[in-house]
Parts: sequence; structure tokens; C-alpha cells
Amino acid sequence: MPDSPSDQSDRLDTRQLARLISQIERQDIARLGLLSVLHQRTGRAHIIGITGPPGSGKSTLTDKIIGQLRGRGRRVAVLAIDPSSPFTGGAILGDRIRMMRHATDEGVFIRSLASRGHLGGLSRAVAETIRAVDAAGFDDIIVETVGVGQSEVDIVRCADTVVLVAVPGLGDDIQAIKAGVMEIGDVFCVNKADRDGAERVVRETKAMLEAAVLNGAATRFSDLYRAAGQAETATAPATDRAAVSGTHHVAKLLDDPHHAHLRIPAVLLTVAEQGEGVAALVDEIKSHYGLLLATGLLEQHRCDNTAWELRNTVSDRLLAFLDADIVEAALARLAGGVVRRERDFYQALDELFGTVLAVSKSAHFNS
Amino acid sequence: MEQKIRVLVAKPGLDGHDRGAKVIARALRDAGMEVIYTGLRQTPEQIVSAALQEDVDVVAMSILSGAHNHLFPRVMELMHEQKLDDVLVIGGGVIPDEDIAGLKAAGIAEIFTPGTTTATTIEFIRNNLKR
Repeated sequence: MPDSPSDQSDRLDTRQLARLISQIERQDIARLGLLSVLHQRTGRAHIIGITGPPGSGKSTLTDKIIGQLRGRGRRVAVLAIDPSSPFTGGAILGDRIRMMRHATDEGVFIRSLASRGHLGGLSRAVAETIRAVDAAGFDDIIVETVGVGQSEVDIVRCADTVVLVAVPGLGDDIQAIKAGVMEIGDVFCVNKADRDGAERVVRETKAMLEAAVLNGAATRFSDLYRAAGQAETATAPATDRAAVSGTHHVAKLLDDPHHAHLRIPAVLLTVAEQGEGVAALVDEIKSHYGLLLATGLLEQHRCDNTAWELRNTVSDRLLAFLDADIVEAALARLAGGVVRRERDFYQALDELFGTVLAVSKSAHFNS
Repeated sequence: MEQKIRVLVAKPGLDGHDRGAKVIARALRDAGMEVIYTGLRQTPEQIVSAALQEDVDVVAMSILSGAHNHLFPRVMELMHEQKLDDVLVIGGGVIPDEDIAGLKAAGIAEIFTPGTTTATTIEFIRNNLKR
């Protein structure tokens, strides 16, 4: 176990944090004591997810967002996830290349994580790693997912604010990210906006978001905007006009009197390479967080996410019992019994379940 | 869970040739390692800071500019300052034979010159990890 802080008020230093993350990645049982001590110091950071298709500019955008946040006096940590090879288990973690100018800034911590077989756009270690970094006193934690396709939506389970990065030219529509991933954004960003078709992606994204709201789809943002709308029923129409153009975070659907309180997230244009639009993007990210705090949804989301993580972890534990020798032996015996028609499938299942429960009662855990 | 070997592949100094570094990066990946690739023109400070944050087991540097006698020992000095003495550091590139002894004395575990197979490098890493 690496140098655990003897005094609780001690902040983890870079070396301690880096080694703790390695312990988390390999599910080392020695990490649990330290994580338990650190728990009281977590919950303060704003967790920002950056997700989008491969090559959409997530890393470059992250680099520029780091610069903006540093300019605002915030300490920033980045967890950048890249895929592991399903065949060799190896990985090239290259997100860091775009962020090397921050390498020697003591207010910036960057860690590359391989997905290690985990699906969903993150690595299994992410939730715990976020807590470790949070306890180390970073104000903002940016989680950059692997390049996503249509269904890697795990980022909503750990980020407070999800930025969905789209780019022009991914087909004649934004089909590629319409169904799953499109529903998880809190702030939408069309990067590489100097390319042809960017305005069209903005229009299509807005139309899709408005339709989702009007249809009453239970997207991630609809709760927030409903709550925010009810909290401030009488806002000045002039502000709302500006909102529709996409310059304000809460764009109201002005033209529909029945949906006066329904709003859609902002859709912003950026050219990350040049840093264009990044200040406005960071404003939107922070404004979203402010809205979460004001409406009480921050705590609700975090409760939902913790419940989700608990459920997943307990199911991992249960699955681990299936690897116990005694269960393996029972499996072989019972399967043979079913094939030879000595018992039926569900009798075998009940018996197996009983064996698993018995194993679970005498088990020790390391995750 | 098995222990993954994490390797930082870095290009210190000013030369703009990273083909060799990329070949090594891919070979290490295919050998099941996690390779953090930091790109061209890195200062020793940037390299050591990345090694610290990434908690790597190995730092592999490639240099073609001839500045190895300055940059490699400087990296070792900073590694020591950060208490990263349990990290294996190796170097490669166009490095004259007469410079190798000095670089090893500075703490570089091995120098791989042109013609070395990737299999040799992989085997060396596996057999010489310090932790």
C-alpha cells in the first residue's frame, strides 16, 4: 500500500494519487482503507463528461477547456479513457498528446485509463478514480470517454454535466448519434465548426431536442428544464429571444404556449483547434452546474448514480461466486443431470442458486 | 486481476521523427501493454511529470537529434527528484556506441540502437521491471 496519509487533513500528493489510481485499476484490496478515509473529502468537484464519436476533437477540446478553467482559478483533473484491444489487452493511450502543454502545471492532473474490456465508453475503474481525484482537491474533473458510437452512455452515471461533441460531415444527418448518445447531452457542441455543414448539424440537433421535449421524452435534460422553468415562471421575454439563438443556456420554446416551461439545452459551435467558442462552452457547462444546484437535481442525480453503481457492484460480487470451485463442481454435476433427464432445468437452477447462496454466506470480498 | 505493464513512450528534444517511437508503441501494445504516447518535442520536465501522473512502470524514450547526452541524464535526474527510482527507463535511437556507457551510468537501463528487434525490447522490459 503506498504512503497513506496519516493525517486526514493532508491532501494526497500527485504520487500518492497516481499510485492509488493504479490500485483501483487492478482492484487491489489494499486501496479500500485509504478510499474509506478519503470518502469524507469527496463530493465537492464538478464532474464534466466529454463524449462524442472518434475524431470529433474531444481531446483537443478538453485541452482548451483545461486552459479556460485554469484561467478561472480552478484546479483541473482529466481522466482520459481509450479502448483496450479485446485480443491482446494492450492499448495505445494517446489523448494526452493534445494536452501536453499542461503537463508541468501543478494545478492540472491528467491520467490515461484503458477501458480494459469494459463496454459503455468508460473503464470499470472510473467511478472510484473520480472519487480519488475529487478527494485530492481538484475543483473540476473532466472525464473524456472513448470515441462513442450509439450506445456508450455510461458517462451519465458518473458525470454531473455531459458535453456531447458532434462534428459536421458524419453522413447526411446526425444519424450516427441520434438514438442513444444524443439523449445524454446536457450541453451540445458542434466542433470543427469551420467546416461545411456545421450550421446544419446545429439546426438538426436543435430540431431533434425540441421534438424530444415536445414529445415528452424522458431525456436527461427534460427534468432539469422543467424544474428550472417552474422555479422562474416570469422571465423577461427579451432574454428568451436571445436564448433561442443558442447563446443562452436555457433556450425556451417560445412559440408553443403549452410548453412555456420546457427548454432545450444549448447547442454551441466550436473550433477547438483555434480555441474558438470554448469560453462560451465553459460558460454553458458552468451555467448547467449552477442550474443543477439551484434545482436540487445535483443531489438527486448523484443519488441515482450511486444506487446504480451499488447495484452494479453487488451484481459483480454475485457473479464472482459463480467462479468458486464448489459452484463450478455443482454446475457440471447439475448440467449432466439435466441432460440425462434426472432433473429438469428449473430444479437444477434452484439447486444451483442454493449453492451460490451458501457460498456467498462464507465469502470475503475484494471489490 | 493481472498486472498490466504501463509504458510511457516519449520523444524528448527537437527532432521531428517519431516513426520509430510509433513502431515501438504499437509493438508494446500488441504485446499486451498499455502505452501512453506523449508525442513529439517533449521537455524532460514534461516527460517526468507525465510518468508521475500516469504511474508507469517503464519510460521508453527515443531520440535522433544527438542531444541524448544532455536529455537522458536530465530525465534521470528529475525522475530521482520525484522518487521514481522504481521505474525502468530505456532509450533508443541513433546513439553512438561510445556514449552508451555514460548513459547507463546515468541510470538508463538499456540503449537500443537501430536494428534492434521489437521482440528484444519487449523481452528486456518483461525481464527488468523494477516493481
